[in-house]
Amino acid sequence: MMRRLGVADIRAGLASRKFSAVELVQDRLAALEDAEALNAAVTLMPERALEAARVADRRRAAGEPALPLDGVPVAVKDLFCTEGVRTTASSAMLEGFVPPYESTVTANLIAAGAALTAKTNLDEFAMGSSTATSYFGPAVNPWKARGDGRPRAPGGSSGGSAALVAASVVPAALGTDTGGSIRQPAAFCGVVGLKPTYGRCSRWGIVAFASSLDQAGPITRSVRDAAILLAAMSGHDPRDSTSARQPVPDFEAALGGGVRGLRIGVPLEYRVDGMPDELDALWRAGAGWLKEAGAEIVDISLPHTHYALPAYYIVAPAEASSNLARYDGVRYGLRASADAIEEQYARTRRTGFGAEVRRRVLIGTYVLSAGYYDAYYTKAQRVRRLIARDFEQAFGKVDAVLTPTAPTAAFPLGEKMDDPIAMYLNDVFTVPASLAGLPAVSLPAGLDGEGLPLGLHLIGRPFDEETVLRAAEALEAAAGFDAEPEFVR
Amino acid sequence: MSALIEGRDGAWEYAIGLEVHAQVASAAKLFSGAPTAFGAEPNTQVSLVDAAMPGMLPVINRVCVEQAVRTGLGFGGAIARHSVFDRKNYFYPDLPQGYQISQYSDPVVVGGTVEIPGRTVQITRLHLEQDAGKSVHDRDPDRTLIDLNRAGVALMEIVSEPDLRSPEEAADFLTRLRALLRWLGTCDGNMQEGSLRCDANVSVRRPGAELGTRTEIKNLNSIRFLREAIEYEGRRQVEVIESGGEVVQETRLFDPDRGETRAMRTKEDAHDYRYFPDPDLLPLELDEAFIEAVRASMPELPESRRRRFVGELGLSDYDAALLTAERARADYFEAAAAGRDAKQAANWVAGELLGRLNREGLEIEAAPIPAAGLGELIDLIADGTLSGRMGREVFEAMWETGGPAAVIVEERGLKQISDTGALEGLVDELLAREADKAAEYRAGRTKLLGFFVGQVMKATGGKANPKLVNALLRARLEE
Amino acid sequence: MVLNRVTVGRIAALARIDIAEEEADALAAELGAILGWVETLNEVDTDDIAPMTSVGGHSLPWRADEVDDGGYPDRILSNAPDAAGAFFAVPKVVE
Repeated sequence: MMRRLGVADIRAGLASRKFSAVELVQDRLAALEDAEALNAAVTLMPERALEAARVADRRRAAGEPALPLDGVPVAVKDLFCTEGVRTTASSAMLEGFVPPYESTVTANLIAAGAALTAKTNLDEFAMGSSTATSYFGPAVNPWKARGDGRPRAPGGSSGGSAALVAASVVPAALGTDTGGSIRQPAAFCGVVGLKPTYGRCSRWGIVAFASSLDQAGPITRSVRDAAILLAAMSGHDPRDSTSARQPVPDFEAALGGGVRGLRIGVPLEYRVDGMPDELDALWRAGAGWLKEAGAEIVDISLPHTHYALPAYYIVAPAEASSNLARYDGVRYGLRASADAIEEQYARTRRTGFGAEVRRRVLIGTYVLSAGYYDAYYTKAQRVRRLIARDFEQAFGKVDAVLTPTAPTAAFPLGEKMDDPIAMYLNDVFTVPASLAGLPAVSLPAGLDGEGLPLGLHLIGRPFDEETVLRAAEALEAAAGFDAEPEFVR
Repeated sequence: MSALIEGRDGAWEYAIGLEVHAQVASAAKLFSGAPTAFGAEPNTQVSLVDAAMPGMLPVINRVCVEQAVRTGLGFGGAIARHSVFDRKNYFYPDLPQGYQISQYSDPVVVGGTVEIPGRTVQITRLHLEQDAGKSVHDRDPDRTLIDLNRAGVALMEIVSEPDLRSPEEAADFLTRLRALLRWLGTCDGNMQEGSLRCDANVSVRRPGAELGTRTEIKNLNSIRFLREAIEYEGRRQVEVIESGGEVVQETRLFDPDRGETRAMRTKEDAHDYRYFPDPDLLPLELDEAFIEAVRASMPELPESRRRRFVGELGLSDYDAALLTAERARADYFEAAAAGRDAKQAANWVAGELLGRLNREGLEIEAAPIPAAGLGELIDLIADGTLSGRMGREVFEAMWETGGPAAVIVEERGLKQISDTGALEGLVDELLAREADKAAEYRAGRTKLLGFFVGQVMKATGGKANPKLVNALLRARLEE
Repeated sequence: MVLNRVTVGRIAALARIDIAEEEADALAAELGAILGWVETLNEVDTDDIAPMTSVGGHSLPWRADEVDDGGYPDRILSNAPDAAGAFFAVPKVVE
């Protein structure tokens, strides 16, 4: 039964020759085809994956040392450019785009022996919290509520990646997180999602949404697997000016250390109006588990939390409006034909971008335009500094911060689509860490009354993923989350 | 020199400011590793970054920053310890990113001056930015073709205050600035290849009045066009005002065939560039050590060198100015003059060499005679081996063959006869043969000396040292 | 914040996105609502707070002035919607 194998299990299984990498990858490719109903994968890469598996097996047969991700099937959010494999950002704009280059992070995974099996569905250009803004239609959460049985959104924007990991189709997947796009879908799908410190993973070759916020990270079923993936993804990249010159620690070695002596902050401002009782109870339970494991729980204040979301919805669209200007139908991607260039631009961008992308590009254009720049953009950047400062001050007192990941469990597919602001509120707990560039992880900690997973969220100091992972591991052990979605039962 | 425009009811004065776009001399582009060489096949000098492929990111070229700092130091500007790269957002088919990375609010150099005859022109700022690609409109009947070879090449935009008062001053300014850039090695200054381009902001006013409304003339690619465009534009504006109209602030293009400017179809006021700091780049922080290292690597500046040529080497103001107009010229002169009579060297470089280069339309870098070779020639004249006339003959031979002076002297047997004994014999023989003329000389017809000298030179095939011959004849005739 | 359709038209023109006549009002209301919501930032006192334009403390890294890229027009043009020889091609631009 290869379905439930995690990354660490695969490493052990290959080492003890319980199965070959080719057997594993073939099995997981078949699982991908069986999971079609989730609409979580937009492109499959069987040849690429099998070739990687064959190479891994040959390496093992030749007695060479195994690579960290030898034969591990990994699904990749379709925002990472993959050489020779179409990369769409789930947009009509890039439906036929085949990059002649490989992103740094996927290249790092390939170099670590991973078998990249599929490109996964996402909100168009990573703009959304539901994976419903995808040009390819919405991805589906493998979890269903006990009551209504309506299909649920997997969250977003890395919804396809989270759904495939939750459905045990792959042991690990890549996501990107701009305001919560790894953590919120991880919470919705009952899996682990890690957003590293801004600058930890190279952005080179990742279709840009908001440059000062975008960060790649792993989605897995265990904290340990997240640590293994992160180590393979990370590292300084001279091709990305914002890539940090930080040594990559052995994240896996940081595990097992426990939380004794750690101070964990619980920010009062995250206790928002209308938070479901179950979520509030889970949050308290999480603090209790950490306390039992030896951590000290400290009440803290992050006074500008309330303003993080509006600041984000100025900064991110502003950057996006400029980052998406290159989709003009001239050099690649969709071109709507017209007799004059100006007409061609306007039609191409009208046809190529979906409603949410257009909405954000327009908002971004507005807040940068003459006469409004200071009132919106500069103001938001000032507030952003205050939010970062809140965290700096808190980290003088505590080693990590514990919050819920998302204000609700997964909502029914198609909901909130006509109310942008309601959709944006999904990221209320994840956006502050994004604005401050901090590492944060979401892990499944329980089920709500309808049997849907709920996530807890840990935020750490810059480049201190180790503490975040350690605390997450302790929570993981205490929560004992072992539920499986209906889809795989 | 300032020049006034005579209107119907009085004189008008120009106020002109220039925005010069100088291509930074660098091997690779501002934010990518693609080459910058001119004239390559379309899209062969384009990286994935330059083509703005999804997910591509800029990384700044250190040498481009050094060149900007070097240029700023060259005109006495203040180097910003903190400057910022902004995105200037607009759509154009040859602008792949949909924005140009430029510096808006915090440029790398602020202030500075350039001297022109009769005026010190203030520099407002210098900033680094990316060039766009090239749109070819005339190769296909229905389509515009795009070549991105230039896209991402580093440019320095150098902006002057509206201090210039005539088309000639604008031309002088651009000439001086171009020479400085070439001197510093920060731009090759080639206007034909587009390495140096210029926009002119032109307005007119009554002398001493407030600045009038300006128009911007784009993309002037020669100093002559700059002069003509400003000349036309000033007269046009005066005409507009004097016939009761108002100058409209707009962007205009110069048509060199008609000698006129015309308004561009796309109106500048439709633009809203939405500048904001490029989130793919961090602020550019330059420390003292970096700036000092650039300063230490700079060549001696033209003004200082000119003063030294006059003060230390005793050159005339004219020669010193001529020899410091270009750095290569000054370098050549100093190499030729090393360890020799500097004035002699200046005469040869400023006279013979520059004259010949001029006639042949060559730059000094292309001179077939190396500086050291010219120095050897000067030595042969100084030690009497060659006469001045023979020297010029050897110079011509060196130019044609590229060979060293000593070899040419040897091969052509051009050695000057300075052997007193040998010449005395010839003189005595001549005076004996021409005893009548000798007597006439002694009786007062001293202009016959020329005849005697000519005869000796003829007898030696022109090789006799004329000074020595003169001296020997005088001694004999007047003893 | 109330946006009118004229402003929406101006913004859409700047962003080069075609907007249909009939959707302008709805879009104005929608964008206006978002802008109204983000204006809650005005409650925050940000006097003396410098805008945060980048994350992380390191200085701008640079590359050496070496030619190590380019020379592959085929890759550059491989996704071109229209090309003429080694050029990208677009409808005629009139200046």
